[in-house]
Amino acid sequence: MSELNLVQAVNLALRRALQDDPSVVVLGQDVGRHGGVFRATEGLQQHFGSKRVLDTPLAETMIGGLAIGMAAQGLKPVCEIQFLGFLYPVLDNLANHAARMRTRTQGRIACPMVLRVTHGGGVHAPEHHSEAIESMIAHIPGLRVVIPSSPRKAYGLLLAAVRDPDPVVFLEPTRLYRLLKEDVEDSGEAWPLDRCDVTREGNDLTLVAWGAMLTEAALAAAALAERGISAEVVDLVTLKPYDAETILRSVQKTGRCVIIHEAARTAGFGAEIAAMLAERAMTALLAPVERVTGYDVVMPLPRLEREYMPSVARILKACDRTLAWT
Amino acid sequence: MPADLASDSDQIVAHFQVRRRQFLDEDGKPLAPLPDFCDDLALMAAIYRGMSLARAFDAKCVNLQRTGRLGTFATSLGQEAVPVGAASGMRASDVLVPSYREAGAQIWRGCRLEELLLYWGGDERGHAFADPGVMQDFPVCITVGNHALHAAGVAAAMRLKAEDRAAVCVFGDGATSKGDVYEAMNVAGVWHLPLVFVIVNNQWAISTPLERQTAAPTLAQKGIAGGLHVLQTDGNDVIAVRHAVAEALDAARSGEGATLVECVTYRLNDHNTADDSSRYRDLEEVKARWRSCPLKRMRAFLQGRADWSEERENAMQAEIAALIEAAVERYLATAPPLSDQMFAHTYARMPAALTAQRDEALGSGA
Repeated sequence: MSELNLVQAVNLALRRALQDDPSVVVLGQDVGRHGGVFRATEGLQQHFGSKRVLDTPLAETMIGGLAIGMAAQGLKPVCEIQFLGFLYPVLDNLANHAARMRTRTQGRIACPMVLRVTHGGGVHAPEHHSEAIESMIAHIPGLRVVIPSSPRKAYGLLLAAVRDPDPVVFLEPTRLYRLLKEDVEDSGEAWPLDRCDVTREGNDLTLVAWGAMLTEAALAAAALAERGISAEVVDLVTLKPYDAETILRSVQKTGRCVIIHEAARTAGFGAEIAAMLAERAMTALLAPVERVTGYDVVMPLPRLEREYMPSVARILKACDRTLAWT
Repeated sequence: MPADLASDSDQIVAHFQVRRRQFLDEDGKPLAPLPDFCDDLALMAAIYRGMSLARAFDAKCVNLQRTGRLGTFATSLGQEAVPVGAASGMRASDVLVPSYREAGAQIWRGCRLEELLLYWGGDERGHAFADPGVMQDFPVCITVGNHALHAAGVAAAMRLKAEDRAAVCVFGDGATSKGDVYEAMNVAGVWHLPLVFVIVNNQWAISTPLERQTAAPTLAQKGIAGGLHVLQTDGNDVIAVRHAVAEALDAARSGEGATLVECVTYRLNDHNTADDSSRYRDLEEVKARWRSCPLKRMRAFLQGRADWSEERENAMQAEIAALIEAAVERYLATAPPLSDQMFAHTYARMPAALTAQRDEALGSGA
């Protein structure tokens, strides 16, 4: 067991996957000799060789397209797309082919592949490096969309993604890469997909968040606790297909829900959760569902990103509005 | 080069050339010594039959569409030599990654006629492919050019696994304008992939003629920038197509990298059954192009070898017609898909939320 940050946990999971399964191939720009722009693949090519860890030419569309062909031939490609803003051209191949190949061929050909992409802002990165477009991806049938919020979950979820028989988009919150360390055991054990994780139990209201926003959610819950308010924190973990039951159970208990995401508000994934609660938990709700989100604007450059992203203060205000309903 | 861009001190740092391959003239007469496989008259007859079957099947599909029994269908009239020539040059263990006008290649490799009818009739089961010989072949690719990258991935997997196999990817002249195709050619060059790109240059991408698609004098030369071997063939000479593709596949399997084969042919029919090419294309141009019909050429070649007769032609056409009729009967007799079909293969294991939606669709949900 060792203390690892999230990017080291990703590296450990990739190492374990390459070790355990000879069909696993890691590919992407700068992932080999360089070890990746965030060092997520550091040392892997040196250890496993250039037939397992492949540096590709610079073309994101190509990386996604290659993975489809490789997966169809029985390999398990694990691709790195450096930033979420560079994923847009890959969406064509993801939506039109990777996600529907199993259906199109009635199970004859599948695309078990993993696309690792960094997610979110807060690290003063250049333009196009801080996007949060998870709901766009989650809208595509046939994909799994996963986002860890801690090193231990990153390790287990990435192993689960690699072992899953379908295409998985694995979002890695850039802000968490080096923010916190955790004991991560290289147990080879996967973390369950399609399952929420209740990271803090409480009775008065439910906070739902994912990725880096778990940090703000936890801080908000701690601040509420000081005021004698007990908040339950639900980490969504998998956006597609998502675990409505755990959220429902929590909201049926608390009657109040605040959803937090850094993506823009309109048609963000919070809308899906709010709609689900309206459909299935109306009688349990004591207050309208609140959303604390990024605004419906272009992700600002670093000088304004703090103002854009949900803060603890904004979350607490939303909690207060929710709690004001009696 | 414009004079103002050239300096006396410039040196030539690279030379390129594009070769063209043709064995038969439009009347089926050899222009050059023929490849050895031409001595195999049974194979020659099989290739001619493959093209004839593709043409008859194509006509039947158009007819079925016109009578409301098939969906929109993309015809391949006039360009049968490319898919049949290419497929006949492949091994069963190779993988075909087709566009959507290659029924001739799919049938040659073992796809059943009723499967193709099912697909074009709007039923995903048509892509399930029962024949073991085509289990790894890709479904048609409607989104132009995406599949060039899939083929590169297939070839990359073969190379990483050190297999004695190669991939063949077929696309049209229009696809050569797309970035995916350039990205695929680029990586195929860098990684020496066991891959053959076959361009069906049929001169028209719906209403866009070749000269509005590219300023390049050949499409073959587009592979040169990617470091590929390139060749242009007369795409209506099935012997040239087969020879070029088989040779390129041998090179690919021997580790000599990828090849781009441009096959120059002509789309004699509309783009598809929803298209009316008289809106943008001169009928006289089409009439003139019938002269280089690939079937006529191959039949003349067979007759020149004293291996073909009116009786054999009639017997073959009757056999093909019966085959197609039987397939159409099986297609029309296929029970319509159940709603369950659209859910069943979305994921390997159906998530709970999707199970609930399926039950709703089946009328058994809450």
